[in-house]
Amino acid sequence: MSAALQDLDARIVRATQGGLPRVPEPYAALAATLGVSEAQLLERFAAMLADRRVRRIGVVPNHYALGYTANGMSVWDVNDAQVDALGRQVGALAFVSHCYRRPRRPPDWPYNLFAMVHARSRDEVEARLGEIRALLGAALRAHDVLYSTRILKKTGLRLS
Amino acid sequence: MDELDRVIINRLQGGFPLCTRPFAAAAAELGTDEATLMARIEALLGDGTLTRFGPLFDAERLGGAFTLCALRVPEADFERVAAQVNAHPEVAHNYERAHEFNMWFVLGTRAPADIARVIAAIEAETGLAVFEFPREAEYFIELRLAA
Repeated sequence: MSAALQDLDARIVRATQGGLPRVPEPYAALAATLGVSEAQLLERFAAMLADRRVRRIGVVPNHYALGYTANGMSVWDVNDAQVDALGRQVGALAFVSHCYRRPRRPPDWPYNLFAMVHARSRDEVEARLGEIRALLGAALRAHDVLYSTRILKKTGLRLS
Repeated sequence: MDELDRVIINRLQGGFPLCTRPFAAAAAELGTDEATLMARIEALLGDGTLTRFGPLFDAERLGGAFTLCALRVPEADFERVAAQVNAHPEVAHNYERAHEFNMWFVLGTRAPADIARVIAAIEAETGLAVFEFPREAEYFIELRLAA
């Protein structure tokens, strides 16, 4: 990618971190403030969607406002030979938002699969954990769930 | 929240069109009109049902380095350690969790080398070992909350 395109993409990110203009022609409005054509802006968004720098464009609901007040970070010790195949299945579950493989830290931390589970109550989280447990089957050695009890800081990541 | 609000939340978490009149195009898909859709989004943002409307970026793919860290903090030291950790601008979120590992935070820096520098500083300030859990693989992240 050329330096000029990189610079334009960075300016698009900065200009839309807070959201899109809520006017009938939002891309034209945004393009005007950036000094580019609407067609060029649309092309950059398409490129950023294609390489996943933009995950998606749309509405972002507030978990709590929708009643998803119980959030558990579930952690699993899964056989290394199967963790990628099973991780993809766990990540595809509708109630799992983030699913990652991360390193174990023996002897303190035996878990290599992290899956964030969102639900409307802790009972519902526990039921969801049962679904994950069943899915992991014999590849699972141990697991735990960590409920958040307090947000100590939430400033979000600063983008470009 | 009525049926149209639910439809907007359930079907517009992605796929907002890339075209000149995207609200009009999305409204047609959802069975409403441009003005109504714009007014509904405005109202849902206003009452806090939506936190944002627009592109959702992948911070890591935009460049920079990110990692998840955890601490085992003695209960008596918890507030002091929270203040020390939060004082670093590279700490993006920090959560207390009910576990032996009771403090979990995300570090975001421009350069990978800065991650080690911030972790070393936090260890020196708090006197605690930082357990780092960088992501090794990501398994499809696409939360679609149902309203």
